[in-house]
Amino acid sequence: MGYQTVKFYQTGTYTVGNRLLAPDERSVQAGERRSNSINSGHRACQGCGEALGARYAIDAAMAESNNQLIAVNATGCLEVFSTPYPESSWQVPWIHSLFGNAPAVATGVAAAMKVKGRSEVRVVAQGGDGGTTDIGFGCLSGMFERNDDVLYICYDNEAYMNTGVQRSSATPPTARTATTMPVGKEPGNVFGQGKNVPEIAMAHGIPYVATATVADLRDLEYKVRKAMKMRGARYIQIFVPCPLGWGAASHDTIKLARLAKETGMFPVFEAEHGEVTGVLKIRNKQPIEEYLKPQKRFAHLFGKHAHPEMVAHLQAIADRNIRKYGLLDEEKVNAQ
Amino acid sequence: MLKQMEGSKAVAEAVALCRPEVICAYPISPQTHIVEALGEMVKSGELQPCEFINVESEFAAMSVAIGSSAAGARSYTATASQGLLFMVEAVYNASGLGLPIVMTVANRAIGAPINIWNDHSDSISQRDSGWMQLFAETNQEAVDLHIQAFKLAEELSMPVMVCMDGFILTHAFERVDIPTQEQVDAFLPPYEPRQVLDPTDPISIGAMVGPEAFMEVRYLAHAKQLQALELIPQYAAEFKEKFGRDSGGLVRTYRTEDAETIIVAMGSVLGTIKDVVDDMRAQGHKIGVLGIISFRPFPMQQAREALQHCKRFVVVEKNLAVGLGGVLYTTLRMAVAGLKLTGYTAIAGLGGRPIPKSSLHKLFLDAEQGALEPVTFVDLDWDVVNRQLEREKQNRHSGPIAENILHAKGMSSSAKFG
Repeated sequence: MGYQTVKFYQTGTYTVGNRLLAPDERSVQAGERRSNSINSGHRACQGCGEALGARYAIDAAMAESNNQLIAVNATGCLEVFSTPYPESSWQVPWIHSLFGNAPAVATGVAAAMKVKGRSEVRVVAQGGDGGTTDIGFGCLSGMFERNDDVLYICYDNEAYMNTGVQRSSATPPTARTATTMPVGKEPGNVFGQGKNVPEIAMAHGIPYVATATVADLRDLEYKVRKAMKMRGARYIQIFVPCPLGWGAASHDTIKLARLAKETGMFPVFEAEHGEVTGVLKIRNKQPIEEYLKPQKRFAHLFGKHAHPEMVAHLQAIADRNIRKYGLLDEEKVNAQ
Repeated sequence: MLKQMEGSKAVAEAVALCRPEVICAYPISPQTHIVEALGEMVKSGELQPCEFINVESEFAAMSVAIGSSAAGARSYTATASQGLLFMVEAVYNASGLGLPIVMTVANRAIGAPINIWNDHSDSISQRDSGWMQLFAETNQEAVDLHIQAFKLAEELSMPVMVCMDGFILTHAFERVDIPTQEQVDAFLPPYEPRQVLDPTDPISIGAMVGPEAFMEVRYLAHAKQLQALELIPQYAAEFKEKFGRDSGGLVRTYRTEDAETIIVAMGSVLGTIKDVVDDMRAQGHKIGVLGIISFRPFPMQQAREALQHCKRFVVVEKNLAVGLGGVLYTTLRMAVAGLKLTGYTAIAGLGGRPIPKSSLHKLFLDAEQGALEPVTFVDLDWDVVNRQLEREKQNRHSGPIAENILHAKGMSSSAKFG
């Protein structure tokens, strides 16, 4: 191993990048044998949550599969910023076919590995929320139903960012996008029924479903590694803030991901065979405003023409998540 | 081995002999019997190693094949009609990525109105997709073309559609010579991919390509098809040597030596046309047939050579380029550019309309006598059409066309076409 600058302030912490921990306590990313599956030099925006999430997820999958991994990518930011011809950031075998077919392409790759007796080679498919919860949804459900041996990772930034920030079925109510402008009586995205794809995945009864955020990369790595220890269809949805699409500061990516979790807007949990087996508890519950205010996509909810009723509605959604998934410890619930 | 069997079953046996490693199946008439038979072979262990995947749509069928082919497995699927249209984005993607998938298209009309019967609208709609398209005249040829298709696809790393007329061929029981595994193995080597997803040598497939290189990539697809113009006759010759029969190739002529009139067509209707031509030859007419086997790549030179000494040609085609005429005719016009030839388009058999010998006989006589319009609709019921046109003129709320025409048919001429 080459020379490594020792930063003494890391001593004694469990942070994800700490290289002074004992090897077995280090994260994959801080480990000496991390695979660097997505090389530096790609063209993601500053503060891109998806680039960060993908880097941790794919390196963790590589670590768990002993570097025997093939990645399938839906069309979207991750695909575009990582492979502008003739450059490629990918140090793993990687294929991009279409926007809506990544789960099916991954099924094909897994089938080829199986038929060739190379079951040690594992398959990860990945896409954004548009590619997953909208246009690729049919293929995703088919892959789940057949229980094909694929880990599908959705990088959820809550809109079609690559095409210029349009609404997807993962866009939260009230959010401004290019197709849900903050005008009229009910500005921003509508309060619909929502489309909870992790729960829909669970309804398929597949071996493993989890959510994660880029605010807790240890948890993210743990879930990817756990998923890679299993066979069959697995689904992880990673919450990845998008500074460009959300109108947020690029240095706030981690903070916003944390606030999404701490407010209850994005419940972080894992489930096996359709049953929730664990949740990441809220450590310091925050009111929804703390999460909304740093993002320009929610700016119309505040200020001169504020919409407190919409903020209250969003708070109710967060509270429902907290109740439903048990995101707060008993004593914290009682203390409220 | 000679067998009396259904076309679909024969094709399934031929595909199995090609040792496919991944088969994606989604039901759509009239191709369904093919994948059903293959599914049974895989499940019983007769065909192995092979993964048979029941997918949730045709779009997924082609997408799974894209994944398995890119990962180095010989991949096959079959579809028709709406199914082919549903997978179109992936059809273009498979050829764009240069993946040698073989797909049977059991040719069927495209709706609306929904119709399960045969014409060529489906595969012809994919003429510019980058896939090669080979049209079978008989079930024997369908069997043989599949074996040749895998070899062609894999040599060029480009996908191939084998087109066979839905129901007319897929569901017809007739005598077919099914080759032995040894014969097929001797003709078709194991798949050796030009590009493959493999952790031991990581590559990126499907990168974004901008204006600086896109045209070159697209040209290469064209270049591959030009190479196919050389390979297709070569493989047909090799096939004849190993299997002892003529099957495949680019075009096939029949009694064209001194022909003044040449009838051009694709697929199973060539059989009926040859019967009519035999009858007319017996009556002294100088008439012959040009069958197009390879629709993509289109054999411009061979078609021109076949037509250059005739006086007129009639293209009997089972497709309609709406607002223009026929797709095959338009293409042939390019092939015979500069030659002084009269050409006619005869649109026939759409949506499974029978093409009887009597109608063809009249059509060919009319052509000989110069009595044909440039575009003829064979056996079109003009009464019914004119009645509907008149209804639309008279009444703003004239209603749904298909239902009106069915109604009119019920009253006027249901007996005519049964």
